[in-house]
Amino acid sequence: MDALFDVALLSRIQFAVTVAYHFIFVPLSIGLGLITAIFATKYYRSRDEKDGAAMHFWVRIFTATFAIGVATGITMEFSFGTNWADYSRFVGDIFGAPLAAEALFAFFLESVFLGVLLFGEKRVSPKFYTVSAWLVWAGSCLSALWILIANSWMQTPAGAELASDGSKAVITDFLAAAFNPSILPRYTHVIVALLILGAFVSMAVGAWYLLKGKHSDFAMKTVRIGAVVGIVASCVMIVTAHASAVEVSEEQPTKLAMMEGMYNDEVPPLYAFGWVDEESQQVITPFAIPGGTSFLATGTWDAEYAGLNSLAETEKYGEMNVADMPVNLVFQSYHLMVAMYGLIMLTAILAIAFSMRGGRIATMRWLQKLLVVSPLFPFIAIQVGWITAEVGRQPWVVYPSTSGPDGVSLLTNNAISQAVSAPELLLTLALFAVVYAFLFIGWVRVISHFIKRGPVDAVAAVESAAPAAPAAKTCDAKDGE
Amino acid sequence: MSALAVLWFFLIFVLIAGYFVLDGFDLGVGVLYRALAKTDAERALVRRSIGPVWDGNEVWLLTAGGALFAAFPAAYATTFSGFYLAVMLVLFGLIVRAVSLEFGAHDPKWGRAWDACFTIGSFLPALLLGVALGNVIAGVPLAANGDYAGVPLLGLLSPFTLVVGALGFAMCMAAGAAWVALKTERTSAVHGRAEKQRRVWHVVALALFVVATVLAFAVVKPQFAPGMLVAGAIFAIAFVVCIAASIAQAKKGNDLAAFVLQSIAAVCLVALTAVSLFPNLVVAAPGSVGESITLMNAASSDTSLAWMTGIACIGVPLVLVYHVIAYRVFSGRIAEEDVA
Repeated sequence: MDALFDVALLSRIQFAVTVAYHFIFVPLSIGLGLITAIFATKYYRSRDEKDGAAMHFWVRIFTATFAIGVATGITMEFSFGTNWADYSRFVGDIFGAPLAAEALFAFFLESVFLGVLLFGEKRVSPKFYTVSAWLVWAGSCLSALWILIANSWMQTPAGAELASDGSKAVITDFLAAAFNPSILPRYTHVIVALLILGAFVSMAVGAWYLLKGKHSDFAMKTVRIGAVVGIVASCVMIVTAHASAVEVSEEQPTKLAMMEGMYNDEVPPLYAFGWVDEESQQVITPFAIPGGTSFLATGTWDAEYAGLNSLAETEKYGEMNVADMPVNLVFQSYHLMVAMYGLIMLTAILAIAFSMRGGRIATMRWLQKLLVVSPLFPFIAIQVGWITAEVGRQPWVVYPSTSGPDGVSLLTNNAISQAVSAPELLLTLALFAVVYAFLFIGWVRVISHFIKRGPVDAVAAVESAAPAAPAAKTCDAKDGE
Repeated sequence: MSALAVLWFFLIFVLIAGYFVLDGFDLGVGVLYRALAKTDAERALVRRSIGPVWDGNEVWLLTAGGALFAAFPAAYATTFSGFYLAVMLVLFGLIVRAVSLEFGAHDPKWGRAWDACFTIGSFLPALLLGVALGNVIAGVPLAANGDYAGVPLLGLLSPFTLVVGALGFAMCMAAGAAWVALKTERTSAVHGRAEKQRRVWHVVALALFVVATVLAFAVVKPQFAPGMLVAGAIFAIAFVVCIAASIAQAKKGNDLAAFVLQSIAAVCLVALTAVSLFPNLVVAAPGSVGESITLMNAASSDTSLAWMTGIACIGVPLVLVYHVIAYRVFSGRIAEEDVA
């Protein structure tokens, strides 16, 4: 029952729920933004009506998804003030600027050209329209950059020092703060993951139509575009994932220890799967490659890393209570992410192999079925990847990283809003649950309506404000075909 | 008091003014939606009038929030955590409203539910943001660490803050009606209804402004910084003149001038708020343990503010270019045939 009155815990739950929900739609829209822009370019070059219908199809799905991402993002921007007031006071000198820059450089770009994409096709030139599709996508990637600059600074603070009265972090070097040690690996890692998700969704939609024997021309096109983006992104992923692992091993020793279940100093082996018994501080697994993780992080088989117990004895990580560390959660999240990557790579290879040239996938029903469920792999990987990154940073909200400036760190429990009470949090949590569930059902309804309708310009194309009743009739008639 | 801190104090109010003018009209459109549009075709028309621009308008709020966080972290922390439930209601409003605008047209079976989301979601921010600003002016009880120390939600309601909230709301309504009048064919039924609403809300806004001014001097008694009282008087007079001129232009059927004058009046109102607060960001109510949050004790370091200024120098011109593009591409009146 104590949990019901624990403001820090409730605040963490609320942040986790709202950010995980937001992060269903943002990856989809950044991933599908690229697919949409590619189709817009295709239509711009060919001016073929079929390509036009295909573009409108993706614009519809993209914009509906984008809308819910934007809406749920508003919560995130203000959550630092509403739920993490002491955090805001501590980091405001550094953390606020990237948020303001994100709004100024990215949100305005996205929103204005999204308006053009939705309503402007008849009002601007085809070239302007195509450029707008790319600008929306560029804006969303830029937005990801600024928010990841902010988040990476929390993981590996830089360019800052503790104020003389010890009350807050003060900026010393803006560029060093922005280009902190983890931003490059983390940004590329995230963006590539989102592109994989977009590619897999594109393939899934195509494969669905192949299974149903509908819109086969469009279906093959989307599968092919998805397969190309998918295989390229999956290969680049190896580089970014490796860079991220190296960064964690160098800068965030307690996170590395949690990812691999290391309580004691050891040369970390590579586990495919396992279970961390937090009581006995042991990893239970049937199989491990000795020195495997050491090899991945350093290229040598014998690099020893510090375990949680010895890290807790150091001054830097002394605030950590090893018994309370959510080691198994981080371990499982991380290993699930890696396992999902295995499935992603396998799917990407199969998809590219059988969709190019002859396009044998057109008759391979098992592969079509695999592709229909395949977006789950990157989707799960993205969610558990974030859990690894964020839970792995606990118990700190601003992490005392290896190269981080002395004193610039903050425990999550010291970051809350003291003015907000547990009952208020319970009330808003309940409201979030209801409102977000309602929106999710609405989104599923709209998206499945679009997919059933297919890549056809039945009504006045993407003019989405069409009067409701006649539009519905036209669509129902089409659906019945 | 660093010059950069003073600059950012005013820049934040510029962003708030931008938000109040731009999202103000589309929030107003949302609340008046059912009153202005009676048929499906009319509702589609009204939605379309703000369809391409509402998202960009709303970003002004996000930018203002981000800028407040960056420039005056203590003020951001105190207001957003102190007004927690009110802020959450605003956020829920903005969320369901945004989604209903995009989904409503594609989901006729849930049409009424989405329409309700649109109206309620517009109502909450249109009213509550003014109430929040009223509290900042009137003063709130502050704890020693700067936290809000009053009663959650209900503690924010007083005659003055409610009147300020109502004034902000009336301004949104007048702007929404003026916008729809500007965007629809003069002969259409929607246009006629918008004109009627515009007339009503103009008068309501003027009346509430008088009440708010009287209450401010009788109850709140703001402490004007030297010279700021004169500036405040100028903005107050400018507000009244602009609203009166907007009414006159509306009578002549000059919808564009009426909308622009209405917008300038909204800017005057925000400017009046800014000068009456200066140099305070959040006034501590009498008897508070903590001090008022001011631009002296809450400002970020000059290094941080200098970088922010650089970012603004690049970003703000870009934003203005985007807005010119958006409003030019979608300029002109729209008819029911255009959205069919």
